[in-house]
Amino acid sequence: MRYQVKHVTRYGYGGPVSLCHSIAHLKPRETLYQRCVAANLRINPWPSVVREHRDFFGNRVNYFSVQQSHLELGVTATAEVDVQPPRWPVAKETLPWDRVRSQLQSTSSAEGLAARLFALPSPAIVLDPAAADYARESFPRGRPLLEAALELVRRIHQDFDYDPTSTTVVTPLSEVLASRRGVCQDFAHLAISALRGLGLAARYVSGYLETLPPPGQPKLRGADASHAWLAVYLPDAAQGGSWIDLDPTNDCLISDQYITTAIGRDYQDVTPVRGVFYGGGEHRLSVSVDVDRVDAA
Amino acid sequence: MGSSRIQASETRPLVDGYRPAAGQFDEMRTSDGGLRPHWQYLIDALRELGADGIDGRWQEARRLVRDNGVTYNVHGDPQGMSRPWELDPLPLLIRGDEWASLERGLIQRAELLNAVLCDLYGARSLIKKGVLPPELVDGFPGYLLPCYGAPMTDDRPLVLYGADLTRDTTGAWRVIGDRTQSPSGSGYALENRVVLSRVMPSVFRDSHVHRLAGFYRSVRRAMGRIAPGQDDHARIAVLTPGPRNEAYFEHAYLANYLGFNLVQGSDLSVRDGALWLRTLGRLERIDALLRRVDDGRCDPLELNEDSLLGVPGMLQAVRTGNLAVANALGSGVLEHPGLTAFLPALCEHLLGEPLLLPNLQTWWCGRREARDFVIANLDSLVIKPAGGPAGQRCLFGAKLDRAQRAELVAAIRREPHRYVAQEQVQPSTAPAYIDGALAPRPFVLRSFLVSEQEGYMVMPGGLSRIALDPETPMISSQLGGLGKDTWVLASEPERQETLIVAPDANAPGSFPAVVQESEVSSRVADNLFWIGRYAERAEGLVRLLRILIIQLTERSSVADEGDASSCLRLLLAALTHQSQTYPGFIGEGAEALLQQPVPEVLSLISDQRRAGALPQTLQALGQAAWSVRERLSNDTWRVTNDIERRQRLLTQVPPRGLGRALDLLDPLITSLVAFAALTQENMTHNEGWHFLEAGRRLERTSHTASLLRATLVSVTPEPGESILIESVLGVTDSLITYRRRYQAGTRVGAMLDLVLQDEANPRSVAYQVARLATLVDEMPRDSLSGRRTPAQRTLLRLLTELRLAELDHLARPSEGSTLRDALDRLLANVGSSISALSNAITAQYFRHEEQPHHLIGQRPEACAAAAEGCGAGEAGGD
Repeated sequence: MRYQVKHVTRYGYGGPVSLCHSIAHLKPRETLYQRCVAANLRINPWPSVVREHRDFFGNRVNYFSVQQSHLELGVTATAEVDVQPPRWPVAKETLPWDRVRSQLQSTSSAEGLAARLFALPSPAIVLDPAAADYARESFPRGRPLLEAALELVRRIHQDFDYDPTSTTVVTPLSEVLASRRGVCQDFAHLAISALRGLGLAARYVSGYLETLPPPGQPKLRGADASHAWLAVYLPDAAQGGSWIDLDPTNDCLISDQYITTAIGRDYQDVTPVRGVFYGGGEHRLSVSVDVDRVDAA
Repeated sequence: MGSSRIQASETRPLVDGYRPAAGQFDEMRTSDGGLRPHWQYLIDALRELGADGIDGRWQEARRLVRDNGVTYNVHGDPQGMSRPWELDPLPLLIRGDEWASLERGLIQRAELLNAVLCDLYGARSLIKKGVLPPELVDGFPGYLLPCYGAPMTDDRPLVLYGADLTRDTTGAWRVIGDRTQSPSGSGYALENRVVLSRVMPSVFRDSHVHRLAGFYRSVRRAMGRIAPGQDDHARIAVLTPGPRNEAYFEHAYLANYLGFNLVQGSDLSVRDGALWLRTLGRLERIDALLRRVDDGRCDPLELNEDSLLGVPGMLQAVRTGNLAVANALGSGVLEHPGLTAFLPALCEHLLGEPLLLPNLQTWWCGRREARDFVIANLDSLVIKPAGGPAGQRCLFGAKLDRAQRAELVAAIRREPHRYVAQEQVQPSTAPAYIDGALAPRPFVLRSFLVSEQEGYMVMPGGLSRIALDPETPMISSQLGGLGKDTWVLASEPERQETLIVAPDANAPGSFPAVVQESEVSSRVADNLFWIGRYAERAEGLVRLLRILIIQLTERSSVADEGDASSCLRLLLAALTHQSQTYPGFIGEGAEALLQQPVPEVLSLISDQRRAGALPQTLQALGQAAWSVRERLSNDTWRVTNDIERRQRLLTQVPPRGLGRALDLLDPLITSLVAFAALTQENMTHNEGWHFLEAGRRLERTSHTASLLRATLVSVTPEPGESILIESVLGVTDSLITYRRRYQAGTRVGAMLDLVLQDEANPRSVAYQVARLATLVDEMPRDSLSGRRTPAQRTLLRLLTELRLAELDHLARPSEGSTLRDALDRLLANVGSSISALSNAITAQYFRHEEQPHHLIGQRPEACAAAAEGCGAGEAGGD
């Protein structure tokens, strides 16, 4: 499937901003199932510097600075992405999760060693024992990893309400666990914390999901949103190891309707736009996202 | 022993009572009680000096340390805890041949750590090949992921390295700590050397001690080398967290010694992908930073968001290749205490040779066997947390009670990769001068290395610190304790060296002889401006107080009706005006105070908590001076310290009577005058100085005008007016000129001529305003247009008004009134013009960039979408 993604971020300030530095994780990376055909970043006002580099995780990162006085900052990311339907292993045929854990600990493969980072706590994901306790009933000894992980994802989907008003970008996991409410980012963080607490490697994925209007109605513009889910590490004798992407918000394995932008330990590693500015006073943020199918030529 | 001619009775207290603990290695005594030969010369020399002689040298050393303002603490904190650096008069002696082998070990260790640093932020082969466990590195907050892949500016991004050393019981040197962020202490080492070589010049000279200057020359060369472009005129700055940092003295000291600008994060800004210093109205490029800020705090954009000590975008400037930072951002990873456990293997792997300098035995709990061992042997180990929650400290296993032990074991099991254990060492001892005799004390030697083109160079010597308590189990790696110079004894005398490079030094790689005069940042100019103001404000206040006290001692209150009492009233009112300590002798409650003026006057002299009183003014002067420590010459700094000491004398034992107060104020005036003279004569009259001078002139205008206005606007009947005029002339230091010029008595008109209008009298108002006009003309301008700035216009208007004023008119009271209204109007105008001028200068030059803020983070909020074909568990398989 080929998609066109348009992600517009706008900041409006109460007073003039004299200087702004920013780091953006907005250009989609490649994955096993995804190829980025074109990606473009438009910044308004005209930035004095734009640079791109790859971060530790291989994501595409853009640094830019706006050095002229401005009252509004607009960042428009457009991308064209080809996504193949991912081929996931059959859940009940995957390795038992406890075998996965011990293999991970003793691994000497480069993939395994690289995955171990994702079994550790990270800046935005503490290992809350309550998260691991929540997951434990889905992880009896010897249960295939993917089967257990899918059940965890299903339980999160059932037990937690989707509620954008209940949490913010800095709400701690313990609060999400207590209130049983949150958004996709909270659900991803929760599942990751639980899996890491059990000794498994799990990483955070940011991206988009194609949404479809109710039958017979036209699709609304700007109504899509960026999305977040997680991936769990599964050692694999043949390939060294692979990552399986799960979406607790929608209770599923990801399909070719998912577009991956960046991966990291948690949200903080891959924040779409972060920045530091001088002046400005109060500021507001507005975001709009469109994900559209295009006919591949 | 030896051929000492001194009687045993004299030396007994010095050396003979020196008894190191059994089983512990001692630097001076062998295990059978003999003196190690390389100490012989020093001990003989000390015997020669005798106890009194040593004591005298020691006092001299303490005085030098104090006068030079060497501190290791927060300066000017409210508790007044500015702790001077403590220096032991005895150096630590190390034989040249022994040093040579230690040096080899240190160089190997620096090369090894450097190679690890390069690998971890580049190829990561150590992790891919399983030499280092990923949890050790990736799980350590000191491993800065954003720095991964940023170009290392040189073959040796670990430009500076410090190793803390001690000896084990066999006398073998062991490394107990690595300093890889920005090893501090090399400035104190230098200062120790300066002091010690001054108090024991002949001993120092004849001991053939290796000199230190070469090391600092290498530091300068290294900074020049890593600067992008290898430009000979690279602009280099030392980045300090600021005057509240406990080692700020050293930052200022090193910046001065190396000839680099001392900057804070708020002085800097990243633009066009490069780093710039905000100077007066301009931006100046910075090519390389010697940082004294931890790497994680250097860039709130990509590293620790909460830090205000760094500069947003700094990492990007490094990434772009426009800036070099020493040590490279990310080098803190090498301070992981657990890395030590892997160094022998890393050395074999990376350098293909065995590790020369042994570590402490170290166990990283991330490995099961190590963890089991640590938990079983807690009693004999020191537990060091590696990057857990901030504030976690080292724990001595043996000192834990049952509950604490259980808690620690649980924590280790929960996050084993965050715990490291090390054996406890019994550090070796060295002689220290304590209570008039030599006593063995545990010590740690911090050695310093810097990267040269061809390899690392070791400072021949270092900073030794001893614990005052002989029972200290382990000396902290932080600075503190008692400092000690370290003498590496050469077999032959060395040539005298200084840091100033001779013009013919054209050896390859030598640092350019020309170092740019460092730019004045807005912050520095601001501080200099206030130094000028506070110094003058204090001086003016002390002068007025002095005259007042003399008047008051002649009559203790204004109660007795007399000619002088109305004069005293006006002078007391002037004191309230000048110190801005209203209501004071003016307005409500004034009458009661005027009846008993002494307590209020004494309060203005010694009350530390009172805004406007003398102690606060002096303290503000001290703080502003400390903030630009590196701009003040050592002589100026000595006087600043002297002023601070006198301020403490005023507040710690407040004078109870006027006589005592006068005794304290007289020397204070002398110090303040000395300070003024030094800033006039010992500072280059560059941009920064212009602001200091402007501050001083501005303040003098303001308090002279305020004094004249308080005393002369209302007409005082004679002979009161004559006494008043004499007092005013006394305060303005113009009495002698006045008498010489106007021999016939005292008249208001004549005194206004001298104190208000005479542009040749350096104490007159018109002189200050004319001076200010010149100074402001010479301040940097952002535009080339000939238009006058607001400050220039204010001064031109004021100066013209002063010049055109008719003295007779000013001296004459208004019709049917006892008030000199014209004088009042003129002086009021002087006051408001001066405050307008101060505002204009502040707005034009000290406009600080606002604090940076973070953009709101956007979060993914895609709702539970009706994604097609999305059913749990059903996907998968071919």
